[in-house]
Amino acid sequence: MSALLEIDNLSLRFGGVRAVQGLSFTVNEREILGLIGPNGAGKSTVFNLIDGIYPPDEGRVIFAGRDITGEKPYRVVRHGIARTHQIVQPLVGMSVLENCMVGACFGFQNQSLRRGRETAREVLSLVGLADRADSPASQLTIAGKKRLELARALCASPMLLLLDEVLAGLNPSEVERMIEMIRGIRERGVAILMIEHLMQAIMSLSDRIVVLNTGQKLAEGLPAEVAHNKSVIEAYLGDPNMVAKLGADRNGADQPGAAP
Amino acid sequence: MFGILASIVDGLLIGSVYGMAAMGLTLIWGVMNVVNLTHGAMIVAGMFALFLISGQLGISPYTAVPPVAVAGFGAGVLIYWLSVHRMIGRPPLMSLLSTFSVNMVLIGLGTALWGTALFNIEVSLPGISFGDYTFPGTHLMAAALTGLIAVLLFLFLQKTRSGKAIRAVAGNREAAELVGIPTTRVLALAFGLGVALACVSGALIATMFPFTVLSGNAYQLKSFVVTILGGLGNPAGAFLGGIALGLIEGLATPFMPVSWTSIIEFVVFVLVLIAFPRGLFNFTFRRS
Amino acid sequence: MAPLNFIRQPFFWVIVAVTAAFVALPLWHYDVGWRESLVLAAVYIILASNLNLMIGYAGYVNFGSIVFFGLGGYVGVFLITDYGWPPALAALAAGAVVSVLALVLGLGILRLHGFYFALATIGVNQAVQAFVSNFKPWGGASGIYISISAYQALGGPRQALWTIYFLLVGVMALSLLLSYGIKSSKFGLGLLAIGQNESAASVLGVPTPLYKALAYSVSAFLPAVAGCLYFFKSAFVQPVDAFDLGFSTEAVVMVMLGGQGTVAGPAIGAFLYEELRGWLLTSATFSNFQLVIAGVILLIIVTFAPGGLMGLLRRLWPKTRKILE
Repeated sequence: MSALLEIDNLSLRFGGVRAVQGLSFTVNEREILGLIGPNGAGKSTVFNLIDGIYPPDEGRVIFAGRDITGEKPYRVVRHGIARTHQIVQPLVGMSVLENCMVGACFGFQNQSLRRGRETAREVLSLVGLADRADSPASQLTIAGKKRLELARALCASPMLLLLDEVLAGLNPSEVERMIEMIRGIRERGVAILMIEHLMQAIMSLSDRIVVLNTGQKLAEGLPAEVAHNKSVIEAYLGDPNMVAKLGADRNGADQPGAAP
Repeated sequence: MFGILASIVDGLLIGSVYGMAAMGLTLIWGVMNVVNLTHGAMIVAGMFALFLISGQLGISPYTAVPPVAVAGFGAGVLIYWLSVHRMIGRPPLMSLLSTFSVNMVLIGLGTALWGTALFNIEVSLPGISFGDYTFPGTHLMAAALTGLIAVLLFLFLQKTRSGKAIRAVAGNREAAELVGIPTTRVLALAFGLGVALACVSGALIATMFPFTVLSGNAYQLKSFVVTILGGLGNPAGAFLGGIALGLIEGLATPFMPVSWTSIIEFVVFVLVLIAFPRGLFNFTFRRS
Repeated sequence: MAPLNFIRQPFFWVIVAVTAAFVALPLWHYDVGWRESLVLAAVYIILASNLNLMIGYAGYVNFGSIVFFGLGGYVGVFLITDYGWPPALAALAAGAVVSVLALVLGLGILRLHGFYFALATIGVNQAVQAFVSNFKPWGGASGIYISISAYQALGGPRQALWTIYFLLVGVMALSLLLSYGIKSSKFGLGLLAIGQNESAASVLGVPTPLYKALAYSVSAFLPAVAGCLYFFKSAFVQPVDAFDLGFSTEAVVMVMLGGQGTVAGPAIGAFLYEELRGWLLTSATFSNFQLVIAGVILLIIVTFAPGGLMGLLRRLWPKTRKILE
């Protein structure tokens, strides 16, 4: 598998705080890479750096062989990256369908209004929102808004999807559903970089994991390796169930309390 | 050469009044994230209030300043309830338009009552002379009073309970509510205070220069320029910014016609903002 | 394909009907009074509809939109009096010049957000007004006067006034069609997204700086054309009228009153406001209170009905959504 996204020695400072420091990792084609770490580790900042919302102080972001460091968000999308936000940002005055059309018409595929509408309808039925297509986006539940956020990103038909805590705030059955959708997206050939706090989910979904702490890479490797990594466990210290969570079987079997 | 120096010093004196006006604006902005577009109208209100109070009661204009401040505070609280209270938490466009509408009403009433006639307040106060140049007593008095008020405001915000409550709400409204601070009352208080500052600065300007109902516009513009350049929600910065603006005007007035100063200020302001969209004193700090 | 689709929408025919009314009514009465009040209504509708592109679509409040109208008036009248251009051509040229200037200016000031942008638009108007007042080739503070001879080419003053009226009605129809067309286009989708949430729109791929500048530029074109025609009709153009900030303030009220973001809203708001204003001016008690009444209306709308009349209408009768955009 060739590298689709390369993060090379990325650093960013906010005032006196080093949000991200000397970070490097790659995301390969058709891979699901999980990005985990305690709160404030800098995970969302990494997304903002890739997306061009903040230009980095140092380092490069290379996508599909092209250096896209610091490019504006609307250009980054044109290269084939789409993202969802941790705090959902639906375009509230518009309908669900119109929200998705924005993604289709201005995203990677840059479609016409008519093609965009078709794409939007397809994606909406994929995520199960087809019946709400004409409702105002403001009327959706949190789960619905999360699905809309995902659908909107998918409408761009990206090569790489950045998911920022898509599972947060969902009940167990909604989580299941979302996990299935994410697997389905990967089947379709889209690479995924996902931030998540739900340990079982991300451990079972990811091909590889990168662990971040205070803006630096703490560990990288297969989920099972990372779960046994001492410094990772230490970083998460304070959560007595963390060891068990990190030790969950790669196939997603729930084993709370099982020894690693 | 000395003439320019005198002009600069005079500019500093007048600038302190700009600073006080800007403090009122930045206080409101910092505490509740609302741009008070009635600011200019309230400066004019202060001018006319001083004119009426000192004229009707036959007292010295400076004695009339405290009543103007009190009236300004009351008016501010009223404006808060009328047009700002419901806009808290709504998109900023709404509070912009609601305060703007109150401004339209006030200026409309003003022009209906007084037209565009020029008014003047006679103040006989001896100035201080240095050779050929005299610094008008009114300018000196105004600067002294604004200095005093600035210190009082500082003490109020730092030392009193109400002042601390205002600072708490400015920092984090939800947290302040959780701690039991009556946020709505605090917001009304802060707004009233901001408007009172505008009225008093208008009153002091009236002691120095003649005025019309439409004078507020130029001073409102100066207040906005100063506020944004000095840093939003930063009263100390606003005060210093006002003095700085006075300094710049003092440097410029010997060389150009007065009608151009507003335009120049404005153009410089827009250019600075385009270069530093977050304001001059904010460009080192990036928020996450 | 797109124009044909247009013709099938009921709202297109609403626009046609309104335009027809504007054309037919003064002709049927053959009354100058009718024409004069409708001319003002048409101008207000032009200003409000184009302003809506910024306020209602892109979400940027432009307090100084009158600058396009005034500058268009100056450029056009100047071309007519000093170079002998025919009015229609001068109007088009004025539109082109002003919208190009707006594009360049827009790329700069649209980097400012919310209130800063609003303040900057006022400044632009004031700066242009000050400049024009001191610009000798354009008559400085006295302005430019148009001699009778300029109207001969159109068949004399009386005939010319009617021709100008119909041209203005044409510009009004174009303004409404433009608003409608943009709303149904990909450009419009992007603009509306920007108006909803600019940073989200940017992350979704909408080229925000370009789109905003284009909206600003497009919103300048027809008002500039109208400015040229209007001042040609008035026979003179002066800085104090051409750049009257009160006028663009009223345009903001019209947009909010009718319902920002819709196509019919600003037109309805403009028409109602113009009627109200006309009534106020003739009423002895209220003639000074124009601005006061406008302020009260704006306050009520913003506090209780931010969607304006169209917002209320659509909430009460959802069927109207289909017909009235």
